[in-house]
Amino acid sequence: MRLNFSRRRFSQLLIASTVLSSLEELSPRIMKKALAETKDKQSGAVSSPHAYDLSINVNGKQHKLKIDSRVTLLDFLRENLNLTGTKKGCDLGQCGACTVHVNGRRIKSCLTLAVMHDGDQVTSIEGIASGDDLHPMQEAFIKHDGFQCGFCTPGQIMSAVALLKEPCGASDDDVRECMSGNLCRCGAYPNILAAIQEVRKGGKH
Amino acid sequence: MSTKPQGGNSVVGKPIDRVDGKLKVTGQAKYSADISLPNMAYAAVVQSTISAGKITAIDTAEAEKVAGVLAVLTHQNAPRLKKSDNDQNNVPILQDNIIRFAGQNIAVVVADTFEIATHAADLVKVTYAPSKSPNTNPDPLSNTLFEQMQKSPGQSRGDFVAGMKNAAVKIEATYTTPTETHNPMEPFATVAHWEGDKLTVYETTQGVFPSKKSISEMAGIPANNITVITHFLGGGFGCKLSVWSHAIMAVLAAKQVKRPVKLVLKRTQMYGPVGFRPKTFQQITLGATKQGKLTAMKHLSVNETSLFRQFTEYCTEPTNVMYACPNVTTAIKQAAINIGSPTWMRAPGDAPGSFALESAMDELAYALGIDPIELRVKNFADKDPESGKPWSSNSLLECYKVGAQRFGWAKRSPAIKSMKRGKMQVGLGVAAATHPTYRSEAGAIASISSDGTATIKSGTQDIGTGTYTIMAQVAADILGLPINKIKVELGDTRFPQTPLSGGSQTAASVGSAVTAAAKKLLDALFDLAIGDEKSPLQKSEKKDLEFRNGVLTKKGSKSSEKIGDLLKRNNMPKLEVTAKSTPPKDDKYAKRSFGVQFAEVEVEPDLGRVHVTRMLGAYAAGKILNEKTARSQMLGGMIWGMGMTLFEETLMDHKLGRIVNNDFAEYHIPVHADMPSFDVIFIPEEDPHVNPVGAKGVGELAINGAAAAIANAIYHATGKRLRHIPITLDQLF
Repeated sequence: MRLNFSRRRFSQLLIASTVLSSLEELSPRIMKKALAETKDKQSGAVSSPHAYDLSINVNGKQHKLKIDSRVTLLDFLRENLNLTGTKKGCDLGQCGACTVHVNGRRIKSCLTLAVMHDGDQVTSIEGIASGDDLHPMQEAFIKHDGFQCGFCTPGQIMSAVALLKEPCGASDDDVRECMSGNLCRCGAYPNILAAIQEVRKGGKH
Repeated sequence: MSTKPQGGNSVVGKPIDRVDGKLKVTGQAKYSADISLPNMAYAAVVQSTISAGKITAIDTAEAEKVAGVLAVLTHQNAPRLKKSDNDQNNVPILQDNIIRFAGQNIAVVVADTFEIATHAADLVKVTYAPSKSPNTNPDPLSNTLFEQMQKSPGQSRGDFVAGMKNAAVKIEATYTTPTETHNPMEPFATVAHWEGDKLTVYETTQGVFPSKKSISEMAGIPANNITVITHFLGGGFGCKLSVWSHAIMAVLAAKQVKRPVKLVLKRTQMYGPVGFRPKTFQQITLGATKQGKLTAMKHLSVNETSLFRQFTEYCTEPTNVMYACPNVTTAIKQAAINIGSPTWMRAPGDAPGSFALESAMDELAYALGIDPIELRVKNFADKDPESGKPWSSNSLLECYKVGAQRFGWAKRSPAIKSMKRGKMQVGLGVAAATHPTYRSEAGAIASISSDGTATIKSGTQDIGTGTYTIMAQVAADILGLPINKIKVELGDTRFPQTPLSGGSQTAASVGSAVTAAAKKLLDALFDLAIGDEKSPLQKSEKKDLEFRNGVLTKKGSKSSEKIGDLLKRNNMPKLEVTAKSTPPKDDKYAKRSFGVQFAEVEVEPDLGRVHVTRMLGAYAAGKILNEKTARSQMLGGMIWGMGMTLFEETLMDHKLGRIVNNDFAEYHIPVHADMPSFDVIFIPEEDPHVNPVGAKGVGELAINGAAAAIANAIYHATGKRLRHIPITLDQLF
């Protein structure tokens, strides 16, 4: 296996350190607070007085609500805001299907709690097209058939869009390495690579 | 009526973009777990942590105390179910305290939120009396079973013993393939919604109709009261061909709490209770003349299975059909142990079986000193060696020729360890592939409305292969409409009945049904015009009529009429027909797809690391309905072959009887960084005999032989013949 052994180990370390630091920050509060109760029927937000205030911008829309501290950013998007384009493939930070942008950077939304994003700007797959005009990456994915079942696709596209602004090298191997946190079981990898390289070379993003 | 497109503007075969592409790239495609219903509750399952024994106590009190928990179902309080004959995969669902494998679903917690359900599931306390002798290791059993088979093998043609006497060269070897887990990116999900005694199930399934039947029998609900819906499926690869216990638990839970219930399995819960490809042990014996003609073949196979389902992995299938050998003996037995039930996984039998057979053929080629392609060409079966029937079509020889040319096979130096690139040892390998072409009865509705838009409805589900797209293409050609005027609706048991999306049969089965429905619609349209005294086309001969771009015309005259005018005048908002397509019972032809896989590897001499650098597949699979989506399926198959050869293995701790690598960090599937360069070639094939659409199916063909091609390339590079996959560093170093 080329490179990916160390990459996987590295990302696991990252995951572990992220979770630890976030728990350090949150655990005393979590311990004190009672856990969530019933959901508000409209927003899906928790009405418990022990829930946390959250003010978060998702795809340009501001949301203010109270939320159960255990809700991940992924589940918040999917279950509370009904933005189900972001997928849960493993809930362990290993597959990349849940990739979104937080303040312009790609992040695995299953590895972070919604309450940690008070004041943040989040972009999900639903937020990258301008109305009916698809993002060039979305168009390139369709043109190059960068998916089959489509389940990993939102995460692949969010990673690919973020990659455009990252210091990723120019070669195919560079892109493969930068995209290796996004798994695809159908095996659309060669087509995804073609789509990304076309957008990068086309320069319209 | 001809199947040729009206006006000659065919879209069938064209590499058009997926019609559901926009939904998928914008996140609008709704998969089962994306369904949200008012007042929906969430379920989490509890799985057994031992592999054999009994539950002596299950304490749910603490879980039930958590605010927001609605119900906890265990074998102590679940409704009594009748065991269904239809359900071989599962142990009785919440019916008794017996544990037969680790990961068995033993309780389900339902709560207001996902977080509460997950938390409460952790609080369910289970006490076990583990069995003293759980067995999760099939290896010792396989030896006993091989001894039995050697004494009295199963299926035979000709005389194996006599054939071996005529052999100048003999190969005998044992190959093993591991337990592999499907790991579709989409976890299993069920949303169960009761309205009175009517049940709607949004299910992750490769077969809405078989699921409906299974749910009916397993949960004891009249089938007429059940609707199963799968609008989009995030991959299945065989594991979603069956209804597994968790789905029934969601149905029971929803009934109990009187709310819609969403149950999604965790990734880690998908190793064991929802199927896997069983571990196989395969003994192959080949005999051949000095010139390389096969005189005898024997292929014996053992696969692991559960204690409650005798699942057969038909590894010997390729050996029965691939080569023109007169004396062939094959047999299969199962080693039953304390594991969940294995199930079909992409090219069941054929994928592991072709690894063994095509490795053995490579060994034979080296033993004879004959080029591996030449050996295979010499033994080409010009008719089905099993049934003696002629092939409906077979372009395997063309696949060898074109594939070898494009891959640069002639530049390969035959000796092992003879090719280098810098420090790297380079090897080129080849293997043949075949897959049966299946077809089942299927139905479809075709309708056309006054605005000239046609709609196709069929129960079948698009599992990612491109069914929405190819059905639109098939209908567009027959109805003479542009593809954007065709709407396709799938994945719903309220539509006409269709088979499972398995065995690469959907294009052939449902394609034939859509063909029949579209033709019937055209026929009905012509009848309407002919019988309408106000139509300019009244009393025309049907054979003179054409329909194109929404306009009916008569050959050799200027008479024409728009579809909208015809329908409106007849007070019809739309014209709709239903049709069914049934495969013939007695077939004169043997029907298979064929292909050849090529692989190039570089092996690091110091570390034994393998890099697959090039893969090429040359395939002959009848008419390719969409070159773009079909090519993607072939790439996927080759990548699966690479994962199978180098990475994938579900590992069991035999002391605990539990799977130890139950997530993506430890069960490695190929990633972007593993990708070589790929080449896919489709050999054009017009096959009038195979089925009305002329398609043979592609999804499974593409994995067959791929593992052997890579393993053979590794042998060429290193001189190490590795008969166990995955091939890991330790075996090469």
